[in-house]
Amino acid sequence: MATAIKVNELPKTEVPAAQRPAPKMSARKVNLWYGQKQALFDVDLDVAKNSVVALIGPSGCGKSTFLRCLNRMNDTIDGCRTQGDIRLDDRDIYDRSVDVVQLRRQVGMVFQKPNPFPKSIYENVAYGPRIHGLAANKAEFDEIVETSLKGAGLWNEVADRLSQPGNSLSGGQQQRLCIARAIAVAPDVILMDEPCSALDPIATAKIEELIDELRQHFTICIVTHNMQQAARVSQKTAFFHLGKLIEFGDTDQIFTNPKQQMTQDYITGRFG
Amino acid sequence: MYTLAIILVMAAGAFLFSRQRAWALAGGRSSALHSRPSYHGWHAALLSGGPAILLVVLWFLFASPIVGAIVTAGLPEVVRSQPPGTLQFFMQDVQRLAAGLPLGREASPEAIEAADAYARAMLAGNWVFGVLGVLLAGWLGWLAYRKVDPQFRARNRVERWTDYILLSAAAVSVLITAGIVFSVLFESLRFFSMVSPIEFFFGLNWSPQTAIRADQVGSSGSFGAVPLITGTLLITCIAIFVAGPIGIMAAIWLSQYAPRRVRDVAKPLMEVLAGIPTVVYGFFAALTVAPFIRRVGEALGLNVASESALAAGMVMGIMIIPFVSSLSDDAIKAVPTALRDGSYGLGATKAETIQRVILPAALPGIIAGFLLAVSRAIGETMIVVMAAGLAANLTVNPFAAVTTVTVQIVTLLVGDQEFDSAKTLAAFALGLFLFAITLVLNVIALYILQRFRERYD
Ligand SMILES: Nc1ncnc2c1ncn2[C@@H]1O[C@H](COP(=O)(O)OP(=O)(O)OP(=O)(O)O)[C@@H](O)[C@H]1O
Ligand SMILES: [Mg+2]
Repeated sequence: MATAIKVNELPKTEVPAAQRPAPKMSARKVNLWYGQKQALFDVDLDVAKNSVVALIGPSGCGKSTFLRCLNRMNDTIDGCRTQGDIRLDDRDIYDRSVDVVQLRRQVGMVFQKPNPFPKSIYENVAYGPRIHGLAANKAEFDEIVETSLKGAGLWNEVADRLSQPGNSLSGGQQQRLCIARAIAVAPDVILMDEPCSALDPIATAKIEELIDELRQHFTICIVTHNMQQAARVSQKTAFFHLGKLIEFGDTDQIFTNPKQQMTQDYITGRFG
Repeated sequence: MYTLAIILVMAAGAFLFSRQRAWALAGGRSSALHSRPSYHGWHAALLSGGPAILLVVLWFLFASPIVGAIVTAGLPEVVRSQPPGTLQFFMQDVQRLAAGLPLGREASPEAIEAADAYARAMLAGNWVFGVLGVLLAGWLGWLAYRKVDPQFRARNRVERWTDYILLSAAAVSVLITAGIVFSVLFESLRFFSMVSPIEFFFGLNWSPQTAIRADQVGSSGSFGAVPLITGTLLITCIAIFVAGPIGIMAAIWLSQYAPRRVRDVAKPLMEVLAGIPTVVYGFFAALTVAPFIRRVGEALGLNVASESALAAGMVMGIMIIPFVSSLSDDAIKAVPTALRDGSYGLGATKAETIQRVILPAALPGIIAGFLLAVSRAIGETMIVVMAAGLAANLTVNPFAAVTTVTVQIVTLLVGDQEFDSAKTLAAFALGLFLFAITLVLNVIALYILQRFRERYD
């Protein structure tokens, strides 16, 4: 199991802490090993409430790994060890008292490949509410399913075929179904790991639009290989390289005026 | 045998000489040849060995019927005019005598004479075909040798030969299967001309004791297969009750919960179960489990037969656990990790994920594994022969002795039998029935498996 080491030193900030809105999630000195191999080195990162943070970087640099730390999905991997301090609403998520199940309800996840369950569209969305007992009767389930599908911009396309299997939808629709499934449990944070990499430009545009809307209610952390996408949807961007966080700042600044040479090289396509 | 050895040596010679010649013609540069020298060698070897070996093998296969027919034709009229059955016996004696085997009784002078003729004809045939084979090998080998030429496409020829050889191997196995099926089918039809299918499939009484001689007193036998079928079903059901839950739960534990190191040890261990000979399971059932059940039953005041369906079914269940668990394990592993992660990502616990996502997704595979295991249980013989008994009781009481289709096939054919009595032929009908059921189960299982695979590829 992952062990947490409390890191007491406060982040150096220019603005006094009291005036800053507390971040929704914060990571300090996160180190992670897959067996003997270290995949993350001292990563520090804050995700502000109702904002979108984009994680970029070359393949294998640890973006997915970091993302999966945020809802402890790495716990399901044999031999994976996490160290450091990750907080959600100022509560250490690796603390013993934290219930992983509850944590993942609060921090939902959308994966790279659409992965609807082999169930009906309705049951896919109702899955989360069902296991968490969020609805008492059919009417309440119906309502959750409808609002979630509307929230994911899928309702108009599937309203009349909710009982059909989830895999019968197109790739883009499936991905939106997975988003609906994630927001059905009313999480605080949604993690998205390359949600558009299996989709065509039109479906991608729809999802990007959706991400911007979702920001009203959720905090979002998204991994992407697409620079334009990162620039379009995010407020903050983090650049990873070989398991280290190289640069983290406002998206505008990262893309127009990066502080690090390496970031510059990467976003201009000189490597990666 | 010697002939075959000689032909093989000749083929090897053809290989060496032709390869040598190809080398020589190429002048050491194999690029001057269309095909590499060893292809020329193989071409020669196959051409010289193939047809010759085929000829000799065909002679071996058909020698005794051919010679038998010739000898029969030459028999004195008195012997030949006997009824076919007696004549057949006579010819069997002749063959034994010709092979120098003891007959166990005084041979008639006609038989000795015929045996002499038979042996002589056989010897002559062996010589003729042996020499023919060797000559053929030599001639074709020589032809192939002459043919070696830079332009000659030996590689293409060799590839065609390989094609034919592989094809004939496949054809032989298919033909043998078809042959078995047809012979079973044919004998079953003969059975159904003696006993009506209605009696066979719906009769409730099984006692296949027919009179062997016409004047013998005894029942005419009754061939109602229902008790056998219910017995088979009862035992199979018990086996499934044992193997199903244990197998599936073991698979779930192995694939989802077990630490890697435990799994690496436990899985092969489980598979050892599948490697135990069924006869071992049989005496385990008969000598250990059955008495145990009997004792427990007595302690509880139940009347348990010493050979009970329960004992046989339980042991059979143990036998098929590895099938169920290893096929279920495959099915569970085939469920994409993405689905599992999707469920965990929504905050589902391990148990919820398994129950609501993994098992439903793996269900077709699990069912298919089940059906394969069932078809194995139905066809299983040794355990039930030893532990289930012979009494054809029509009952669903697991403590009673029952009998199964396979057991009855065994008992029908053990001991001296007249080959075309209804009793013997009944075995074919039962076999056909069994075969049909397992075939259907297998087809369904494979169909489900295939559909399942398509879904996740
Ligand atoms: N389950 C695992 N076991 C062992 N090593 C892993 C595992 N998952 C990832 N890694 C390793 O950790 C490093 C970071 O992987 P990660 O998947 O986080 O990269 P990524 O930035 O998401 O790459 P991509 O853009 O290709 O998705 C890689 O070197 C990878 O090989
Ligand atoms: Mg990744």
